[in-house]
Order: sequence, then C-alpha cells, then structure tokens
Amino acid sequence: MCGIVGLFCKNPELELSLGPYLSAMLVQMDDRGPDSAGVALYRNPAPDGWSKLTLYSADPAEDWGALGLEVVETRARHAVLLAPGDADEAESRIRAERPDLRVMSAGRVIEIYKEVGRPAEFARAFRLADFEGTHGLGHTRMATESRVTTEGSHPFSTGHDLCLVHNGSLSNHNRLREKLCREGIVFQTENDTEVAAGYLTWRLREGATLEEALEGCLDDLDGFYTFLVGTADGFAVLRDPIACKPAVLGETDDWVAMASEYRAIAVLPGAAEATMWEPEPSVVYAWEKAVAA
Amino acid sequence: MGAGAVGRVRVGEGSGRLSVETEVELETVDLAATPLRELNQRLHDAESGRFRIVNPNGAHAVACGLRAPLDVEILGHVGYYCAGMNQHAHVRVRGNAGTGLAENLMSGSVVVEGNASQSAGATGRGGLLVIHGNAAARCGISMKGIDIVVRGSIGHMSAFMAQRGCLVVCGDTGDALGDSLYEAHLYVRGAVAGLGADCVEKPMRDHHAAELQSLLARAGFDDLDPSDFRRYGSARRLYNFAVDNAGSY
Amino acid sequence: MAVADGWHPGLRESYLYDRNVIAEIQRAAREGIYDIRGFGAKRRVPHFDDLLLLGASISRYPLEGYRERCATDVVLGTRFAKKPLELKIPVTIAGMSFGALSAPAKEALGRGASEVGTSTTTGDGGMTEEERQSSKTLVYQLLPSRYGMNPDDLRRADAIEVVVGQGAKPGGGGMLLGHKISDRVAAMRDLPKGIDQRSASRHPDWTGPDDLEIKIHELREITDWEKPVFVKVGATRTYYDVQLAVKAGADVIVVDGMQGGTAATQDVFIEHAGIPTLAATRLAVDALQELGLHRQVQLIVSGGIRTGADVAKALALGADAVSIGTAALIAMGDNSPEHDEEYRAIGSAAGYYDDWQAGRDPAGISTQDDELAARFDPEVGGRRIANYLRVLTLETQTLARACGKSHVHNLEPEDLVALTVEAAAMARVPLAGTSWIPGA
Repeated sequence: MCGIVGLFCKNPELELSLGPYLSAMLVQMDDRGPDSAGVALYRNPAPDGWSKLTLYSADPAEDWGALGLEVVETRARHAVLLAPGDADEAESRIRAERPDLRVMSAGRVIEIYKEVGRPAEFARAFRLADFEGTHGLGHTRMATESRVTTEGSHPFSTGHDLCLVHNGSLSNHNRLREKLCREGIVFQTENDTEVAAGYLTWRLREGATLEEALEGCLDDLDGFYTFLVGTADGFAVLRDPIACKPAVLGETDDWVAMASEYRAIAVLPGAAEATMWEPEPSVVYAWEKAVAA
Repeated sequence: MGAGAVGRVRVGEGSGRLSVETEVELETVDLAATPLRELNQRLHDAESGRFRIVNPNGAHAVACGLRAPLDVEILGHVGYYCAGMNQHAHVRVRGNAGTGLAENLMSGSVVVEGNASQSAGATGRGGLLVIHGNAAARCGISMKGIDIVVRGSIGHMSAFMAQRGCLVVCGDTGDALGDSLYEAHLYVRGAVAGLGADCVEKPMRDHHAAELQSLLARAGFDDLDPSDFRRYGSARRLYNFAVDNAGSY
Repeated sequence: MAVADGWHPGLRESYLYDRNVIAEIQRAAREGIYDIRGFGAKRRVPHFDDLLLLGASISRYPLEGYRERCATDVVLGTRFAKKPLELKIPVTIAGMSFGALSAPAKEALGRGASEVGTSTTTGDGGMTEEERQSSKTLVYQLLPSRYGMNPDDLRRADAIEVVVGQGAKPGGGGMLLGHKISDRVAAMRDLPKGIDQRSASRHPDWTGPDDLEIKIHELREITDWEKPVFVKVGATRTYYDVQLAVKAGADVIVVDGMQGGTAATQDVFIEHAGIPTLAATRLAVDALQELGLHRQVQLIVSGGIRTGADVAKALALGADAVSIGTAALIAMGDNSPEHDEEYRAIGSAAGYYDDWQAGRDPAGISTQDDELAARFDPEVGGRRIANYLRVLTLETQTLARACGKSHVHNLEPEDLVALTVEAAAMARVPLAGTSWIPGA
C-alpha cells in the first residue's frame, strides 16, 4: 500500500532544510511505495489578497505564462502560480478554461507535487533538496485497487491549504463517493483516499472543525487507515480503531515527525535522542504553529 | 584456547574442580557499513560469540533466525521483526523495536530497553521477551508458549487468541485484553481498559503467585510485588461452537 | 438420507426452495448454528469445461506421440531464490493440513508426488515427520494461525508459502472441530484437546502488501535467501492481488478459485465468496503480463482441477502450473463406492460425502480417529496418487501435442474457444465459431 512521512519544524532554523530532510524520509519509504510519490509543502505564503495554485500539465512543454497568472516557479510538469483574489475563483476559472490541467492544490501556503515513479527519482526531478518551508508531508504509493496514475497519487487536496495522505484500505468508499458527489464534491479517480479527502472537504465546508471532521471519519469511514492531514499551520494524525497499519511519531526540540516506519525518522538530526511514540487508535493528534506575536 | 579468544584460567574454586572462565571477544558490526544480509549470515553461521550491532537505524529483520546461544547487543532502534523466530540466543535492544519483535520466538531471550511496537512476541512458542518500556497493540497475539514481561503498558487487542505461555503487564492494558483467549496466563498490575470475549478475572492462587514471582525475577523486576497483580484467564465458554455464543463472534 | 427421485405427477418443486434448501432451513431452525462442511463449491459455475482446445488440422500440425517430445517440466521460484523448485510435471499437491487429513493420508501424498517428481504442501497445522520424510519437495505454509510454525521446519522446507487466503473462504481462517483435535493434533497446535479451533483470518504480525513485503524479507533473511517464497490468495480481486503480491516480493503466486476445497467451513462461505478459477486465471495472467513478469514470477492455479483437460486449459490461459486438492483426496479413495454402506451409516452416500469436518471418514483420509486412519495404507495411497498424476500429465500432453506443442507451456489462449458467453468473457477467448469476445 503505502508509506507516509511528515515533518513539522518547531525550530525556524530547520525550515531552511525542510526539503532535504523530507526527501531523505521519503526515500526510506521506497519499498512501501514503488509506484508513485508525492509531497505537500507549506512555504512562501502568497501576498495578502492573493492565492497560490499548484497546477499539473501532461504536456512537458506547457506554456505556463499563457494562463494569465503570475508564474512563481516550475518543477517537472508542475507549476506554482499566484492568482489575485480568492483561491476558489482562481481554481474555478482554471477548471473551466483549461480542463486538461490538473489543480494539485490551492490556498495561500500549500504546494503539492506528485508523479508516478520511485521516490528517489521524484526527489531529483522536483529538486526536493532546494525546498524550505514550515512543514511538509510526503507519500509513496503502492496502488491497491486503482490504477497507477499521477491523479491517483497522494497527497490529495481537500480544500484550501489542506491535504491528506493515507496508508491502508477503505471498504465503503464507493457508496460514500456517490453520496459526496450528490453534495457537490468532485472526484477525478476511483481511489479510496480521494473519497476520504472529499469527506473531510465536505465536513469542513459544512462547518466542522478539522478535529470534528477527523473524528467523523471514525463513524463514517470503514476500513483500515492511518491518515496524515496537512493544514496551513501544521498537521494531524488519525488511526482507525483496529489500527493495523503502522504509525510512528517522534519529537525533539527542533521538530515533530511522523512516518510509517521508524527508519524514515532515523534520518533526521537528533533522531536517536528523540521521544518516540505510537499514536493510539481513534485519537486525533494535531500540531500547530503558534501565531507570531 | 581458540584463536582470537582472550582466555583466563582459574584453578580450584573451592570444589577442587578446574574452572575455566573465558572472556569471549566482542565482535562489532556497523549496519551503516555492512549489509544486513552479511550480518545475519554471520550470526547464522556462528555457533557462539558476543556481538554488538551499531547504527541499526530502524532496519528490519535484524538478528532474526538465530539458532545458537549467541549474545547480541543492538545499540539503537530496530525496525520490524527483530529477533524473529530466534532459538537459544540472547538479544538486547538498547532502543525501541518495531512491529513483530521476537515474533515466533522459540527459546532464548529478547530484552528491549525502550518501547516495542505492534504484535510484540506474536505467536511466540518459548523463550522470554522483556520490554522495559511500553508495548503497542496486539502484544502477545496468538502466543503459544512464550513468556512476555512488560514493565510499562500495552495496547489494545493484546493476547488475542493467546494459547499458551504467560503475559505479565506491570502497567496498564488497552481494550479487548485476551479476546478469544485459550490457556495463556495473563497477569496485570495496572488498569485494564476492557476485556475481550471469554477473558475473565480469575483468583490468584499460590502457584500463580509463584509463577508470577519467577517471571518478574527472570525479567529483573524484583522490586514489584506479585500481590499487586490480578490474574486473567479464559472462561472457556467458546471452546465449543454453540448457538448461545453467537454474540461473541 | 438420499431421497428417491420418482415421478410425482401434479407436484412441482420450487427452484428457489428446492428440497436441499428446505432441508437446510429446517436444520438451521433446529440447531441454531450454521452448516459447516468440507469439499468445495458444489453448484455449477463457469469453468474449464466451457472451453475447448483447437487441435491441429490443415493450418496447424500435431506432434507424434512418444518420439516427438512434449515436455512438462516447470521451475518455480526463479525470481529471487537461490534454490528454485524443479518439478517434472506442472501439477502440484495443494496445502492440506495434518489435522484435516490423517497422518497416513499426508504420507501417501508425499509418496505419490515424489514418485512422479512434484511437490506437496503442508497445511494449517504445521509439518509432520511423515510428510517431510515421504515428500522429496515440500512447500511449508505460513498461515494466520501459525500453528506449529518453527524455524527448523522453515529451514528444512523446500519452499515457503505465505497463505493470505484460499478459494473456499477468501477472508476466512482455518477451521478444525473438536473431534478432530486429537492428542497429536492438539500438541502440534498448542491447543487443548477436543475443543473447536477458532481461527484468525488475518496474519498476526502484518496486514497489507506493504507490510507483507517486510514479512517476506524476514522469511528470506531467516532462511538465508535459499527458498522460493510463494504467496497464496483466494480468488477475489485477483488482478490487484497478483500485482500486489509481486510488489511485495513473491517468487510464485498461487491463486485458488472459488471452487477450491476445504476441510471445514460454512457452506455459505464456500458457495458464495470468491470468483471462479476460470476468471481468476485470466486476471492473474493479465496482471503479470502488465508488469512484464509473466513466466518470471510463476503462477499456480487451483480450484476444480480434475483432468488433464483442466490442466491443459489452465496452462493455455497462462498458468505455469496447477495444484490439486480435492482431486487428490478422491484419487486416494475419498467418496469411493466401496465405502457406500459406511457413508450411509453416517448420513451420507458415496459420491455425496462432504462431512470432512466430522472426522468420521470411513476411507481414513479426513479423520483423526486411529482406527479409521489405520484403514488407509499410505503405500497404496501413494501409488494411487502417482497413477493419477501420471494420467493428468499424459492427458495434458495428448492435448498439447494435438495442438502442435513441444512443451505444455507453449499452449496459449489462442488455442482456446468458449462454449458460452460467460466463459468467453471470463477467459477472454472467442465464442466457438465466432470472433466475438464479450467485453473485449
């Protein structure tokens, strides 16, 4: 199925090295997920009044400048662009004018990159070592019941600055997908994780807090899952009540990290002395950056 | 004395017998430099010896399938299945261990100074597993004769279908302890979050207390008093399929 | 009790509520527990019978018998193992437990298989001495229960089979009822004697293909990478399962269709879970071909293999070998007419007997009763198995030669046509006399 990694920098100095460390963690999860890899990075906030999109094009020679948005940077077949105003509007416009492009993420700080292939190649192609940022999530995929495609890779965007990675296998996602479609959520794949992401989007849209939405998973999702959710300010972890899929958390003064296996955390500075623990089933764990004074 | 061994001979310790004490050389293997396959092959080929493994960095299957009375010390955290299916050897992990620590242990011992992840001691058939920290879910699942002593607490679904052997928990247990329990003996000192199907508290008789005392001593936890523990065992109501048990399945 | 089928003018039996259904509903109402039985699915589902082989004529030429060889050898486990299995015929004996079967029956399977150069497989109780001594090539199963699991047997096995599930009950665990938990079985399984064994359906220390990969790695480390690792699944979402087993590191995949037998499980499980072997075979081969690993990761299919025709068709669809379970027991004497009187005495009849879970088998095969087991002569049983395996091989060769093949592995889907729309769709071969493949 999959490998999950997440890194949250408590120490601002570590933010400069977010990319290389996340990359090292991701490569440790190669065995768990040889099919595709993806990361969500939280960095470079869009200026006030602007929003940020990450777009994907199947065309490696895509002319990103022609979209009428400000191109920040391009990596492999992805581009980060700034749009004036609300992220929703920008996203709707892109979907309407260029349905062939994939909107990977939308918000103010999030950027999502994902591609088929092994994590080491992914890290190279996307120059992961260049990245700085406050926190990031990564995922390596072993596709279970859906095809190995870029769209089917994780992280899945669930709303502004929100994303989800998943290790496990849901069992009631098909009926849930139908119900969410009727609520106006749009799906692009047959992937079970996309349904979980859509569920969170829906609950948040209907006014739930992130914690309530995650707790809702315990009632409304069936199957096995370890979820790692990225938010603008941090991340959250949840395991299903049976908790067969692995999850390890580690913390030092400088960072909080989460991974499917300890060896992905072992690459971090100070890992040998870190406090290590496993999240309990059915409990939401969340970390947030304190708002700067 | 064998090549490479440092030998010291002491004669006539009281009984007139020749007493030979040999300090066996310690062999250190650095997993950052040596492939795991080479380490495990070395351990499989050795008939005796002391080994120190450094930089495990969460590697899986470290020191598994051992079959001789080796002494193995691991400095750091290991991944899944450390000491899996071991016989006769004594393994000490100075760190944490991942899923399936000492799975199907046959004999010998495994000691972990940190915490153990899921399914510690799973299907173990003999030997002693000691965890100084906590163990996660499914500790002792399907155990078949292993003795497990945990200084800290254990997670949910522990001792699921536990058939034989002893599980001693000095801390608390999670939910569904001993679900579908057979004949394993469970001793718990702290709180039990919930009992599984057919697992009930049972009176602690003298021979149970003696068994518990012996296990605590073997684990090095002599500071604990057996009378602070409670015993749990099978109610044996699920031993034969019957319509009235339908709710338990 | 067998009901005489006479002519009942004016009486009409319901299709939905026929006599068997009536009997079962009334039994359930009396006993309050589900019906547990052995054997595989008894109802008819699309199978190899619905396929035909296109023998030679003018456009294709046959091989002569005898002098013009049609080879049958197969090597299993070439992907990673130091010592793959080299078998003389592409038919192996499937996993069946000591406990489900008597000790002499297990010995007979070993004797017969060894005589013709193929393998046997242990089951949900561990490895017996009789089996290891009598079988030259023995595959050792790692099941959710881990009864009897130990590294010494792992090291003296010739291959390791990680059992995720079986066709009769995909998603279910092993089952053995109290009257078959004899002293010896109880000791091997670390269970109290005479209890009804409850079974785990998941493995205790891994769940999912990502963790299976780590488990397979551990098994290889313990056995110094010598032995091929098989992964066995009951046929359900076979296309994905095969790809995942490959990604998890399997050398060989075993796919057991819904018709696969069992010693004991709920009747509803046997009849209503899993997909037919015919469909599963096609899906498994598709999965391997898509990964570019067909023939490099070998495929064994089982579940209703009865004759050389079944073998030939399974190979033509792309399997490397097949495995037999129920057929092997029948070859050794299960359901033989010579026991009819005794079957009737225990509420069954020759040709219908499926109460393998009860352990009262007059043939001495699916029993732990010492007296009954003593009736079964492992030498005679071994010879029967050897004979039957030889016939399966000869039949396969006859058909392969007729299709112009010098090796049975050269049979291909284009040598097949289907008699029904369902079989055509499941096997993805054209309906006979047409070029139509439904759904293609």
